[in-house]
Amino acid sequence: MSVNIFLILGMGGMVGVLSGLFGVGGGFLMTPLLIFIGIPPAVSVATEANQIVASSVSGVLAHWRRASVDFKMGMVLLVGGVAGSTFGVWLFTILRGMGQIDLVIKISYVAFLGIIGGLMFIESARAMVRSKRKTPAKRHHHTWMHGLPFKMRFRRSRLYVSALLPLAIGVVVGVLAAIMGVGGGFVMVPAMIYILGMPTAVVVGTSLFQIIFVTANVTVLQAVNNQTVDILLAMLLMIGGVIGAQIGARAGAKLKSEQLRILLALMVIGVCAKLAYDLVSMPQDLFSLGGLAAH
Amino acid sequence: MVLAAASQASAKELVVDLSKSVVAITTSFSGSELLLFGATEGKGDVIVVVRGPLRNEIIRRKEKIAGIWVNQEEMVFEQVPSFYAVASNRPMDEFLSSKIRSTYQIGIDYLDLNLSEEYRAASGAENFRRALIRNKQKQGLYGRKPGDVIFLGNRLFRSQLIFPANVAVGSYGVDVFLVRDGAVTSVETTLLTVRKFGFEASVFNFAHRNSLAYGIFAVLIAAFAGWLAGAIFRKA
Repeated sequence: MSVNIFLILGMGGMVGVLSGLFGVGGGFLMTPLLIFIGIPPAVSVATEANQIVASSVSGVLAHWRRASVDFKMGMVLLVGGVAGSTFGVWLFTILRGMGQIDLVIKISYVAFLGIIGGLMFIESARAMVRSKRKTPAKRHHHTWMHGLPFKMRFRRSRLYVSALLPLAIGVVVGVLAAIMGVGGGFVMVPAMIYILGMPTAVVVGTSLFQIIFVTANVTVLQAVNNQTVDILLAMLLMIGGVIGAQIGARAGAKLKSEQLRILLALMVIGVCAKLAYDLVSMPQDLFSLGGLAAH
Repeated sequence: MVLAAASQASAKELVVDLSKSVVAITTSFSGSELLLFGATEGKGDVIVVVRGPLRNEIIRRKEKIAGIWVNQEEMVFEQVPSFYAVASNRPMDEFLSSKIRSTYQIGIDYLDLNLSEEYRAASGAENFRRALIRNKQKQGLYGRKPGDVIFLGNRLFRSQLIFPANVAVGSYGVDVFLVRDGAVTSVETTLLTVRKFGFEASVFNFAHRNSLAYGIFAVLIAAFAGWLAGAIFRKA
């Protein structure tokens, strides 16, 4: 496939910076961008999973040095994640055989980007309007989730909570990783903060830790089952991505984030709108060749 | 390299050769051109047909469901040529009847595109058949109009065979027909191979033959790249 090398490096770098700034894998932006420039959705998803391994390793190492990773929590999350992503790749393969994988990927993106973009926009708009306030102390009220069995002690997060919760979160994130080519951080980070009640400082590093293993699993399974991982494309993305992530992680400590967040929200909404438009507008040719021949 | 059975000692009516018999796809492959040339014994019309490796193809049709365009109906065509090109020295309708063209499958409209077993009874097959041809033409793999066979004098002829960048790997059959008085008096067949060479070929083979190793390798490269970036930036 002939794509411009500099375009790929640039895209990788830009998304990398964003991922370093906001602690998410960047996949939910990269995969749709890859689809836009003409790479088949199935290949975009699998190859992006490969690239996310690299940027997540880069990010985790940076967080590890600051002791902001809860490895025990990460392990529980990743057990769920590996199970979820294995199921996800199996589902992916079936949908591909039915000729419906492109549609499912696009619909999932429209749904998720729409929700995330909308929430981000509202949240960052509010943050810009509101004057700076210290966040109130976390009130620890008991919900039905505190009654679940298999409780475990997570020292780094100072939590005593049922292991079933992180397992379930891990499974959901794993399925998303397989079908959408994302790390799942944009689901995991809010889930860790609001459902598990983890301290914000540890959330990003732990989430990246889990993402490494889930996306590695997806990469291997996609390569074996569907041969949709393009190593050469992934390497180009990685170069831009890991450099960008390091820049972003450092910049995140210094920059004023509200304005950046609104821009990011707008970008996410824009990508979502374009994908949605493609789904509802009449295609140029109602008939299309299936992917039986590949070379 | 002529692969014709030279069973008789008598002079052949038609001889054919190619400028090269292998099309090598390397990393920067953007298409290839070959020269086909030959000679006829006496006057006649010449038609060249190039057929690529046969494979099954699925055609899917979209319908609007709940506002979204979704792939609904599909049909599978068996053993369809992945590439098809035809060339002649003058418009074929002038010297060859439809019946003969059907027999030898000369021309896109006369190609036998067979549906696989389970779809044969389905209606609307004609639309799918035309869609298959249309999509292949859009990919540049089925010619939109016949090419030229140029005669130099009465006996020597040549034709430029053009292969786009996305041709499939495999064995291609080149058939050359000599037509006199509305009948095919001679057919010569030559084989052509399209193969991948070089780095990208190795990567492709690696991905398809040793998928597990390839996948693990991809992950290891990624992990290393992540670590390397961290190490470099720590020093900076």
